Amino acid sequence: MAKITVDGQCYEVDPANNLLQECLSQGLDLPYFCWHPCMGSVGACRQCAVKQYRDEDDKTGTLVMACMTPVTDGAILSIEDDQAKAFRAGVIEGLMTSHPHDCPVCEEGGECHLQDMTLMSGHNYRRFDKRKVTHRNQDLGPFLNHEMNRCITCYRCVRFYNDYAGGKDLSAQASHHHTYFGRFEAGTLESEFSGNLAEVCPTGVFTDKPFSEHYARKWDLEAAPAVCTGCAIGCNTSPGERYGSLRRIVNRYHSDINGYFLCDRGRFGAHYVNSDFRLRSAKDSSGMTLSSEEASIAFARDTQKRLIGIGSPRASVEANFALRRLVGEDNFYAGFSDSDYEAMQVLLNSLQDQDFNCPSLKQVESADAVLIIGEDVTNTAPRMALSLRQSVRVAAYELADKARIPQWQDAAVREIAQETRSPLCIFATGATRLDDVATLRLNASREDLLEAAEALFVRLSGDSPHYREGVTGRTMQAVEETYAALLAAKKPLIISGVHAGVEAMRLASNIAKRLAKIRESSCDLVLLAAEHNSVGHALLLEEKNSLGSAFNRLKDEGCDGLIVIENDLYNRAPTSIVQAALKSVDTCIVIDQIETPTARHASLVLPSTSFVESANVLVNYEGRAQLSFQLSPCPESLKPVERWLNVEGSESTESLIRRCSTELAPFSELDKCLPHPSSVVPGAKFPRMSHRASGRTAMNADRNVHEGKQTLDDNSVMSFSMEGIQPLRDATVLGSSWAPQWNSNQSISKFQNEVNGALKQRNSEIHLITRNSHLDYYPSYSRTEGQSDEHKYLLQAVQQIFGSDELSARSKPVQSRMSDCYIAFNVESAKQLGATTGDSIELQDTGVELTLVVRADVPDGVALVYPGSSATGLSVNRFDLPKAAQLSRLDKANSEYGLGVSSLVVDDRVDVEVTTGAIL
Amino acid sequence: MSENKLMKNSVITTSLSRELTAAEISEIEHEISLYPDKRAVGLEALKIVQRHQGWVSDESMRAISNYLDIPVADLEGVATFFNLIYRRPVGKKVILFCDSVSCWVMGCDRIKQKITDQLGIDYGETTSDGEYTLIPVPCLGDCDKAPVMMIGEEMHRHLDEEGIESLFRNAAVNKSGGDS
Ligand code: SF4
Ligand code: SF4
Ligand code: FES
Ligand code: FES
Repeated sequence: MAKITVDGQCYEVDPANNLLQECLSQGLDLPYFCWHPCMGSVGACRQCAVKQYRDEDDKTGTLVMACMTPVTDGAILSIEDDQAKAFRAGVIEGLMTSHPHDCPVCEEGGECHLQDMTLMSGHNYRRFDKRKVTHRNQDLGPFLNHEMNRCITCYRCVRFYNDYAGGKDLSAQASHHHTYFGRFEAGTLESEFSGNLAEVCPTGVFTDKPFSEHYARKWDLEAAPAVCTGCAIGCNTSPGERYGSLRRIVNRYHSDINGYFLCDRGRFGAHYVNSDFRLRSAKDSSGMTLSSEEASIAFARDTQKRLIGIGSPRASVEANFALRRLVGEDNFYAGFSDSDYEAMQVLLNSLQDQDFNCPSLKQVESADAVLIIGEDVTNTAPRMALSLRQSVRVAAYELADKARIPQWQDAAVREIAQETRSPLCIFATGATRLDDVATLRLNASREDLLEAAEALFVRLSGDSPHYREGVTGRTMQAVEETYAALLAAKKPLIISGVHAGVEAMRLASNIAKRLAKIRESSCDLVLLAAEHNSVGHALLLEEKNSLGSAFNRLKDEGCDGLIVIENDLYNRAPTSIVQAALKSVDTCIVIDQIETPTARHASLVLPSTSFVESANVLVNYEGRAQLSFQLSPCPESLKPVERWLNVEGSESTESLIRRCSTELAPFSELDKCLPHPSSVVPGAKFPRMSHRASGRTAMNADRNVHEGKQTLDDNSVMSFSMEGIQPLRDATVLGSSWAPQWNSNQSISKFQNEVNGALKQRNSEIHLITRNSHLDYYPSYSRTEGQSDEHKYLLQAVQQIFGSDELSARSKPVQSRMSDCYIAFNVESAKQLGATTGDSIELQDTGVELTLVVRADVPDGVALVYPGSSATGLSVNRFDLPKAAQLSRLDKANSEYGLGVSSLVVDDRVDVEVTTGAIL
Repeated sequence: MSENKLMKNSVITTSLSRELTAAEISEIEHEISLYPDKRAVGLEALKIVQRHQGWVSDESMRAISNYLDIPVADLEGVATFFNLIYRRPVGKKVILFCDSVSCWVMGCDRIKQKITDQLGIDYGETTSDGEYTLIPVPCLGDCDKAPVMMIGEEMHRHLDEEGIESLFRNAAVNKSGGDS
């Protein structure tokens, strides 16, 4: 710790940091633009100038940039010094010469860091009366607006998009007062993290496009702390609502998970809650709409019968728990496909095993050697891919340490590192979106990858692996290099997941376990679940109750039907099996938020709430249970699943959570995720609206001029109003961050223990799983069947960030980035079949037709299949696909239906039009 | 939902690339041999292509980007940073006309007017025969001989209106002479 004096006041600060960061950590107000808490300093904007004095006798001092000046013990500084203040005001004045001053029509207005800093610096009179420089804007696709005139050239956008997130299609162009931040030409920004630009840019250059289609000022948005439902990571979000519709999602800081950034699936996928895909009223088998009461009566009548329940990884813990209680644990079945369920067992085991540690995203960032087996992280758990991009920089930080360059000196650290990276070894089939930072790529069919992983395990066990005849030197070399990298690492990390399959997960566990033994301490292992509550659902299941066994039960005499909650069974099993199962019973009750193919077979459909209309608890891949708060009042026709099920105690989420924690061992701590506001005044609540919310008396005046009573919320510590305890007092219920003088998201530093630290009053969460076992190794892997047929292609399912998740695939902005189901193979195969990207390919003897995307990196003999989404566009059921198939090109014009494949972003795509000359 | 089914997603528009010529490639290859990383050659490659093509078109940008494995957006950052990489077609000869302090003191405004009158082009414009493009530059480093300008690779010093008159008259005469 070092002592510094700022304007006569003494502070204890961390000497490893720069002055700006430490001033902010101390709660001081010091303006800045280009510095970012997790991207460090480059000293580009000169906004953070302060006076530094040599010693107590120095009365003149020198201006220094706080973000570029290391903390030194005994430093004497002044923020309030007149020269420093004049300098900062002057800098703003310079930055603003060509700024359009169009705050009233700017989406950033009211939460603009530039507005805040301008006010804080005291520049309030425009002297420059010459012509302003203006720019042409680009159409950047469905997610972001571009309004270049508002730019103050802080370079944060390119530092985030290129340096931090690895984007390739945004750049700083031209120079001095013409500097331009944009693409080479208009077109969709390709990075999966592009939406963060809306938050990273301190002005209104990049703003959220879907939000501006139904815009409201930040102060008019009702906000509550929520958890993303896009995947198993469980990023924290802050949804904003007005007039009963969800307007946008912004990041909500969580020090261990998402930090300051979300992925585009999470940010733009939540708009499904407003869509026509939502179920908004109960229906009977003939499609007749039922009132809430009628529906409840029908439901009560049906529950007299002998029903089984099928739960869901996308339904909350309470919903699954309530169903389990209603039908009984023996009748409560997995909502996973059988293969995923097997994989989930491996995942649960890994979470209990003391040999492993399941790292948070923050810990992932500090892994100094990573091996990914078969999981396409960018498309299955996108935010983790962003963390992996940071992990390869560990080597850069080591170099910088040696050269005594502090880590926050961003440009210097990148300069010294050049292309130096910590090992990131990717065993995958075809190109992945992390290949550009990978130090090793093993590109082979799934079976070959598994064999390589097995060889690696054997190698780690001290034996020499036995390579099958024909295994190339390339595989051997990859195994050797990965072996060396993992052994040399201080903090190795192994990653696989449910999409990679159960064998890959077992091998990943074996490798991590072997490393743990060698290192004599636990090894980091991530096994990614597929959905936002996969782990919560799995924890509630009796192991034998797979979906397959549920289908068998339905054939029994003693079973009259089933209740399915928030699940589309066609995503879990082959079409024929699901159809037969649903036909075999008369009673099929489906409770869901969205219309699905399964709901179309139901004898009774009940509409459930989304994360917006009810609170819920979700358990992420680490076993971290997080509470997502209700955002807006629930319309009468909708109910949370648990309330439809009408289990005792389900009147409030809280009581059901308490019941769950008393009744079920794995959940015994669950009630700890309920907020414990340290400073709650009895009776007072945390407001969801800001204290500046406008229009309360006018909002409903088109229907009634009397000001209605605010909707009460008896179930939550939050209220649907602006009165109550301001969030500054308790960060566990931080819907949206705001502090005096800090209207933008940069206000978050006021809620952190220190910059980049934990939120002052912790989060509404609890780790559910205690590690208390040492499991054995899984049996070694051996290939089940040989390469069956020369002429057949092995088919492997792949995921896409936009489309593979059921809920976000129903969001309009996400749909405009989705593609139809497609098949991908390499140029050589395309030549053989005489086909090019966009052609129709038939899987022989199956009747399945898919659009072709030629992808250069797909290994010989393999075809990747993306099954598409039942929400829109063309799709297939991935469980209907054979393991291998003969392919042929269909001679027919492209279907005019569907979405096509043109918006698909994959790195190894080969389109004849784009590349030089004809490749095919 | 049904409208959705009929709506094809927007094509990510991409302009076309071209093949680099053998001459361009051999010069670029030479530059590559001088650096540890071929991506260091971006600026040199732009200069080489400009020398051969007169300017750097979108198609050329993509060709260089493919060849050097530099994202085309990054290459655009380089190309637009330097004023003398031309991203639009220019005349066969580019007139770099100094309008900075010394030349201004020495009356460059009149000279510029003379050029404009004679060739019919202002700053940023190209003569209709595609011969000349006029571009202002801040100081050519020849202040003691102000006013000055550069045409192609050639410096013209101590400019006066008569000199301009004859310079461009000769050029025009040469041209028509050469054509016949
Ligand atoms: S576009 Fe925004 S983030 Fe980028 S330089 Fe301009 S103001 Fe900064
Ligand atoms: S989809 Fe997953 S990675 Fe993306 S924001 Fe949501 S939880 Fe995070
Ligand atoms: S924040 Fe310090 S120079 Fe920009
Ligand atoms: S001012 Fe014209 S050459 Fe320097």
